[in-house]
Amino acid sequence: MGKESALLEMRNIHKSFPGVRALQGVDFTLRAGEIHALMGENGAGKSTLIKVLTGVSGYVKDEGTISLEGKAASIRSPQDAQKVGISTVYQEITLCPNLSVAENMYIGRTKSVYQNWKKMNTDTEKILQSLEIPATATQQLESCSIAVQQMIAIARAVDMDCKVLILDEPTSSLDEQEVAKLFKLMRDLKKRGVGIIFVTHFLDQVYEVCDRITVMRDGKLVGEYEIKDLPRVKLVSAMLGKELDDMADIQSEQKAFERKKDMVPVFEAEGLVSDAGIKPFNFHIDKGEVNGFTGLLGSGRSESVRAIFGADRVLGGKVKKDGKEIKISKPIDAMRNGIAYLPEDRKIDGIVGDLSVRDNLILAQQVLKGFFKPFSKAEANKFADEYIKLLSIKTASADTPIKSLSGGNQQKVILARWLLTHPDYLILDEPTRGIDVGTKVDIQKLVLKLASEGMSVTFISSEMDEMLRTCSRLIVMRDRKVVGELSGDELNQTTIMNTIAGGDR
Amino acid sequence: MGTKELKKPVGGNNFTKIFKNQIFIPLAALLLLALFNLIADPEFFKITLGYNSAGNPILSGYLMTILDSGSEVAILAIGMTLVTAASGGQDISVGAAVAIAGSVLLRVLCGQDTRPETLQAPIIVAFLVSCIVAMLFGAFNGVLVAYFRIQPMVATLILYTAGRSIAAWINNNELPIVSDASFGYFGGFIPGIPIPTPFFIALACMIIIGLVLKFTNLRLYTQAVGINESSSKLNGLNPQLIKVISFVILGLCVAVVGLIKVSRVSSINYSVIAKDIEMDAILAVALGGNALGGGKFNMTASVIGAYVIQFLTTTLFKFNVQSNALPAYKAVVVIILVVISAPVVRERFSSAMKKLKTKEAV
Amino acid sequence: MSSKSKTSASGGFGAKFKNMSDTNLLLTITVVVFLLMYVGAVVFLGSGFRKPQAFFNILNDQAALIILSCGMSLVMITRGIDISVGGVTALVSMCCAVYLDFHNGNVFMAIVIALAIGLGFGLVQGYLVAYLEIQPFIVTLAGMFFARGMTTIVNTNPFNVENEAFVALKGTRVIVPGMGSVNRLGKYVNAYVEIGVIVALIIVVILFCMLKWTKLGRQFYAVGGNEQSAMMLGINVKRTKFIAHLLCGLLAGIGGFVYFMHVGSGSPSHASGAEMNAIASSIIGGTMLTGGVGNIFGTFVGVLSLSTIKNIVSSVGLDEAWWTGITIAVMLCLFLVIQSVVLSRKKK
Repeated sequence: MGKESALLEMRNIHKSFPGVRALQGVDFTLRAGEIHALMGENGAGKSTLIKVLTGVSGYVKDEGTISLEGKAASIRSPQDAQKVGISTVYQEITLCPNLSVAENMYIGRTKSVYQNWKKMNTDTEKILQSLEIPATATQQLESCSIAVQQMIAIARAVDMDCKVLILDEPTSSLDEQEVAKLFKLMRDLKKRGVGIIFVTHFLDQVYEVCDRITVMRDGKLVGEYEIKDLPRVKLVSAMLGKELDDMADIQSEQKAFERKKDMVPVFEAEGLVSDAGIKPFNFHIDKGEVNGFTGLLGSGRSESVRAIFGADRVLGGKVKKDGKEIKISKPIDAMRNGIAYLPEDRKIDGIVGDLSVRDNLILAQQVLKGFFKPFSKAEANKFADEYIKLLSIKTASADTPIKSLSGGNQQKVILARWLLTHPDYLILDEPTRGIDVGTKVDIQKLVLKLASEGMSVTFISSEMDEMLRTCSRLIVMRDRKVVGELSGDELNQTTIMNTIAGGDR
Repeated sequence: MGTKELKKPVGGNNFTKIFKNQIFIPLAALLLLALFNLIADPEFFKITLGYNSAGNPILSGYLMTILDSGSEVAILAIGMTLVTAASGGQDISVGAAVAIAGSVLLRVLCGQDTRPETLQAPIIVAFLVSCIVAMLFGAFNGVLVAYFRIQPMVATLILYTAGRSIAAWINNNELPIVSDASFGYFGGFIPGIPIPTPFFIALACMIIIGLVLKFTNLRLYTQAVGINESSSKLNGLNPQLIKVISFVILGLCVAVVGLIKVSRVSSINYSVIAKDIEMDAILAVALGGNALGGGKFNMTASVIGAYVIQFLTTTLFKFNVQSNALPAYKAVVVIILVVISAPVVRERFSSAMKKLKTKEAV
Repeated sequence: MSSKSKTSASGGFGAKFKNMSDTNLLLTITVVVFLLMYVGAVVFLGSGFRKPQAFFNILNDQAALIILSCGMSLVMITRGIDISVGGVTALVSMCCAVYLDFHNGNVFMAIVIALAIGLGFGLVQGYLVAYLEIQPFIVTLAGMFFARGMTTIVNTNPFNVENEAFVALKGTRVIVPGMGSVNRLGKYVNAYVEIGVIVALIIVVILFCMLKWTKLGRQFYAVGGNEQSAMMLGINVKRTKFIAHLLCGLLAGIGGFVYFMHVGSGSPSHASGAEMNAIASSIIGGTMLTGGVGNIFGTFVGVLSLSTIKNIVSSVGLDEAWWTGITIAVMLCLFLVIQSVVLSRKKK
């Protein structure tokens, strides 16, 4: 079998969920002995594609064909996938922490009723040595570092004679040295003829190890490229969905924010750091300013604003509100200081699913007001009606449970929840994700309106257009560090993408 | 797009229907039981006016028994509903905690002497002391659940194991007897009023909790924590504290039931008092249509559920089922309830219904 | 120089400590605590603990609990719990007693009945927990109440069994050679154990081997360690959980019969609180409620620890009934908190 022949071919894959067309006719080809990057922003459909390929329950494809080495493969469960030689290593370790390394290598795939520890341990030792993994067979898995656990998961896959190895963001919790070890292992496997699908958000890593790149966006295939044909900036533009020519000269619609000299920042942070793995950063925002954190997913933009709001455990740094030093260790501290935060993950951190739209809407203001001072029914209804009208939230009534609303309307309710607290400083983390275009525009307009009324807003979005339209200053992050700050003329897509991409231009 | 938006409100209506149904379930069960008794033996509903040994007028009959005994479960169901909503689990130590509360009450009333001629302390003082003790034990359970993140049922296992022993230890394993007649009013009858006092106590508890729910944010906070802990934390709530508070409130309910239980016999039997009452209280919450996994709750439904349980118990008694055999029947009811409400079963049922519908359509 | 070597040695020890699996770490703690306790009791409290027979009597009394606790450990390792075991024990005792005395049954059939009851509970509870995904606590709580209620329905009053074959079996003593002692009259008395102890020991050995050396056993740990991962690793999680509950039910049946052999009577109040003792023994024996960690030998030691503590508490003069309950609860609380703390530390 020649190197150019396809090891794995996915053709015209379709997959829909109620209300969402997650994959629309995606093609994907993997050759033997190559490392193939699968790229795309959040919601592009990468993980859906991988779940379809590995037969995760609930992800059976609606349409399309999958063939392995020219033969059609029917994959209905992770076990099926393993049998035909497709193994996956996820970002979350899918091994059992309480078992030994050797057991994790062999459990679930030995046929005999008895467990031959001696043979298992010696075999494992051999594999660990051949792949140069720094672990012993008898060690409990939990005592290994995440990187080593990741490698053990790979070793297990390799030992199962896998032909296709899928690495789903394996490096997101590793440090540089650990990543280097992992890459060495990947190159070894490549030499053995294994086809590797590598999903990551780190551009440097893509250019370091990969041979080819497939880019996806909005559930569709953007294209398949040789690595040498796709410089970083082009990759970023492919992922974000803007042709380089188009985007070069789009000017921000936002008038530049003029900072007066004697202005005291509404909020200021110095060396702020939380336990979510970001490097300490400095930050400030003025009255009426709209700024934003930008960077690819996993760059630390959400973690930064979470640190500001006290949502993660703050480990150090000073914060000032209107020039006065304050202490924020819990969300309620931030709320009392007039800071509001619309979280990135609406389902997990935002909505309280079974509660009504009204209760969801008044929740934050109610907590601020205090346990013994509930809003009267009339007051609550007044607020609910007011904001349902103001933000044109589509709901049957204020009594409807929020979980039965559409994503965009849920988001509007959460937004209304924070507007009701009349904050001085509003943080919006991906307020436009997964919602319809109309609502997206509404939200952006609202942000600008609020800013003109004197509110300070930090806006985070994966969509560059939105950021450019709303923000007058962008803080660029890469690999959990602030790497640049852009304002004025620098606010154009090319500069931003170059800063995000880093390295050579 | 347009059609999608249109469909949403219909779903919303279905939900409100289900909420309306929540009280409907226990009420339907109540009616069913009543109907059964009406057909089997209408005597069940007979209420007679008589006089007790002290010459006070009292009403008696099966219905009065339900009103009397059901009130204990109803009071506990109030606290259990909150604990269930906030922590997504149940407290199985309430029976043992009732024993402790009762024991403390007697200890304060009787002092050193186990059979005093007169009360050594006012009843109200004794009751307040027992309230504090019961709330402390509630807080102990709550801390284990909220801060040490032990599953509620397992955490309360500790007190379940030790509770009755602690109760016995408080009184040196002696059985104090209160001779003061007024102490008997709480579990019996107040002279001149022919309806059992526990019902009035339960009524008072219901009114108090009703007022608390109306004039504080207890309902909103508890539900928010039970439905989405992470989200409620980001909205400035302290989920741990709220869980502990729910256990403390249950402690208060336990103290009230302790008073009734001890008052009934003017004494205490450590190993029998409030035995298996935790099962009834949990069952009342489940029968009230509240999700045992936490979240939204309906207090009225729980309280009605409590009386339904007592209705079932009394019916079984009437058909000469022994008290020790009762748990077997109730266990069957519990299993039927949880199987019906299991998500897996519901899913299978709804998919089966879908298939049936598509077949019909074809 | 010397201090340096010392630190390196302690470092080595620390590393060894760290590399220890959770299961072995907790097992070690349990065994050490038990040995200290027992040796302490022998040295300071003397007579009651010194004779080998004192130890064998603990075994005789606790044989049934050992078996129940083994079953409990199995389900706890898979992250479940079974609180019906005490009720099942009572039901088995009562059913066997009624069968032997009222129906003139034979002992063999009584054993079959015991096993059938246990299996029945295991089947139903296992199905509800594994395949309908209902919380094990609720399911087995209902199971416990059902068993207790059924016991009363089978027969209300406690009574002693007089069936000759059974009485003979109950009285059978297995002599332990070389462990006898001289009694007050200067006569040599052989040390003995009851048949139940032999059964319990065989079960401990079988289950120990099963958990350690069979695929099924390791699957229990995998499922308890991380259900999602176990599924991804190709393990049939539902079946594994089902088997765990089934085995626990079966062991409750066996334990019930052993209990019955020890007490020789049927009563609705038999084995009351046995489920709590079994859970406490498992936890003290190093089985974690959060699943994936545990050891049958540890459970065995846990049962011995529990009853040694009871004996110690009563021999230092705290012989009022309530001290037992309180001591067990305190120990349970202590070990639960230790586990919770160990777990949260490990997560960091």
